[in-house]
Amino acid sequence: MKSLKSFRLGGIHPPENKFSAHAPISSIPLPKQLIVPLGQNLGVAPKPIVKKGDEVKVGQLIAKADAFISANIHSPASGKVLKIDDATDSSGYRRPAIFINVEGDEWDESIDRSETINREIVLDRQQIIERIKDRGIVGLGGATFPTHIKLMIPEGKKADYLLINGVECEPYLTSDHRLMIEKGEQVLIGTKILMKALEVKRAVIGIEANKPDAISHLRELSADYTDIYIQALQVKYPQGGEKQLIKAVVNREVPSGKLPIEVGCVVSNVGTAFAVYEAVQKNKPLIERIVTLTGKAVRKPSNFLVRIGTPITDLLEEAQGMPEFTGKIINGGPMMGKALSTTDIPIVKGSSGIVLLPQEESRRPEEKPCIRCSKCIQACPMGLEPYLLAKLAKLALFERAESGKIMDCIECGSCQYTCPANIPLLDYLRLGKQKVGHLIRTRKN
Amino acid sequence: MQQLTISGSPHIHGEESVKKIMYSVVYALIPAVLISIYFFGWDAARVLLTSVIACLFFEWVIQKYLIKGSLTINDGSAVVAGILLAFNVPANLPVPIIIIGALVTIGIAKMSFGGLGKNPFNPALVGRVFLLISFPAQMTTWPVPRPLFAKAVTDAITGPTPLGLVKESLDAGKRLPEIMADPSMPDYIDRLTGNMAGSLGEMSYIALILGGLYLIIKKVIDWQLPVSIILTVFVFAAIFHWIDPMYYVEPSFHLFSGGLMLGAIFMATDMVTSPMNMWGRILYGIAIGLLTIIIRIWGAYPEGISFAILIMNAFTPLINRGFKPRRFGKIVN
Repeated sequence: MKSLKSFRLGGIHPPENKFSAHAPISSIPLPKQLIVPLGQNLGVAPKPIVKKGDEVKVGQLIAKADAFISANIHSPASGKVLKIDDATDSSGYRRPAIFINVEGDEWDESIDRSETINREIVLDRQQIIERIKDRGIVGLGGATFPTHIKLMIPEGKKADYLLINGVECEPYLTSDHRLMIEKGEQVLIGTKILMKALEVKRAVIGIEANKPDAISHLRELSADYTDIYIQALQVKYPQGGEKQLIKAVVNREVPSGKLPIEVGCVVSNVGTAFAVYEAVQKNKPLIERIVTLTGKAVRKPSNFLVRIGTPITDLLEEAQGMPEFTGKIINGGPMMGKALSTTDIPIVKGSSGIVLLPQEESRRPEEKPCIRCSKCIQACPMGLEPYLLAKLAKLALFERAESGKIMDCIECGSCQYTCPANIPLLDYLRLGKQKVGHLIRTRKN
Repeated sequence: MQQLTISGSPHIHGEESVKKIMYSVVYALIPAVLISIYFFGWDAARVLLTSVIACLFFEWVIQKYLIKGSLTINDGSAVVAGILLAFNVPANLPVPIIIIGALVTIGIAKMSFGGLGKNPFNPALVGRVFLLISFPAQMTTWPVPRPLFAKAVTDAITGPTPLGLVKESLDAGKRLPEIMADPSMPDYIDRLTGNMAGSLGEMSYIALILGGLYLIIKKVIDWQLPVSIILTVFVFAAIFHWIDPMYYVEPSFHLFSGGLMLGAIFMATDMVTSPMNMWGRILYGIAIGLLTIIIRIWGAYPEGISFAILIMNAFTPLINRGFKPRRFGKIVN
């Protein structure tokens, strides 16, 4: 058998546990109250433009982008603004959010809610970017970088390839998988729209070989979209990292500290492509997304279409409750997601899944001394020495950590997953990155 | 409401653990343990048991009363050190000497640096070399194997190792064809299975290679390091043999005599004391092979790999500095 394309350096194969791979996307009833955090995108949080007591419709602008890297937020439900107050978000901090009491389901008239698929792209390049910006689209792979900024290619650079990330290399998560199966054509049209905005001739959708149904479905559909190529990839974590995906698909290496455009690539998630389709063809803002709710003990592992701001409690109810002996609730996948302190935390634009771990898997095993087995080095997809960088961070030798390229770390967690001594390598690396980042910024000033 | 655990990602962990790694080394050593018991009978069992129990005891005492840390003797590393120390001594070594060896191995070479992972030198080799220098007579009196189920034995209880025989005879002015014809020189079959005089566990090359393959398949060790040591010894032995076949033994003799296999497969590959980068490990292996041949040919001892590995242990930090992994996205100018 011919071996499939993949990235070369490092990588791991955690158990896939994709329990919800065959659960069709289903809607859940509207919650009574939505909590819409303002800080949902990478960069600066938008400013609220509604106040307590205002009536809002579904899709109405409620917070406006306030800086270059910022994104609009629209009301995910109709009803009344209860308050603008702090609410615990997935990082554990209390940050400002708009609370909406849901009443009915009245949509803004400008949004096309029909099921018809609009294939013809009428908007021109500039209009597409404007629309994406206006509709508050951000990267749905987890980084939540405002998409319209990605589409504005810096002077002197040129994109040759648009890569659409359908890898979904995180264990457990299946929201992108279901999306490709159920909304495949919309994903392809969204890809075409992005291609038009970027003025690129070729797009590749990268999908790991553990989703054969998605690969064959998109291949069938792509017969009508000859400039979109569906690339099957070997199953390997962290292939969904954009640098790894670019390496795997077009064999180009993004230089240290640079963005993908340096090698002529722009990477977007399949979920983002779908959101772009809805924004451009249907004028629909980013007010809902697909969220996987899963776990070994979850009675009904599911893929839900959820309004932004829906508390996780509501999702749990739909999946027949939180299993007994749940020890950890993760927002995102088990490799890169964040552990939550409560189920009151709302779904945001960047929530791709909620994974429940049983108690016995929740606590870290006891840390042992490093035996210099070098497994962390072999696992690191960036070619770093995690054991050394972690030690340097621990000893506060941040200059040496910087020359050891700690800032190249993509925080994929492969090192810590592999470490036989259970050393919390990524904790130390994150600390080191934070301190080194501070050093670099103070040097600039 | 249930208690929820909060911690940074990743939230899942692989199957590997220090304990599993250490015990897979123990499993890999079992064939050689069985063969040594077969050839040396209760003597082998006595040395092995004394060494392992003494190593465990010293680690427990030091950890509990001097370091005052949590229990570490169940991580398997003391068991590995104990077996390897036993493998590196003659089967008739008196019990008190073994205990001294275990004290040096665990007490000085391992725990004085802070225990597992902190020691710069391979503990079992430090113990072995300490004994070799302190008790030269007992450490170089080699019992001849007496297979468990063999008929009543001859009166020759001790004999020279093949390498020792070659060295002594060459020093006495003899030449190789004559030495090889010596009745106490074992043939290749005996050498492969371990039926000859030598340290307890170093002789059965088949058993050692089997253990090595197991560790390579389990990804506990890589193949590059042992192979680079063995190849280097082979190449240099071949060069010398080609220069003067009367004086320098053939290369295969070097491979299948003395502690080369044990050292290359189980001692040099010790994770704690060997370099971390693959190319660094290859360089390290070549240097060990070279030093081994130099000591075997020109040194005072017939055997050289223990010293070679200990010398190179000292270079490991330097090699780790010089050999870095290939970084992703490194700009090449």
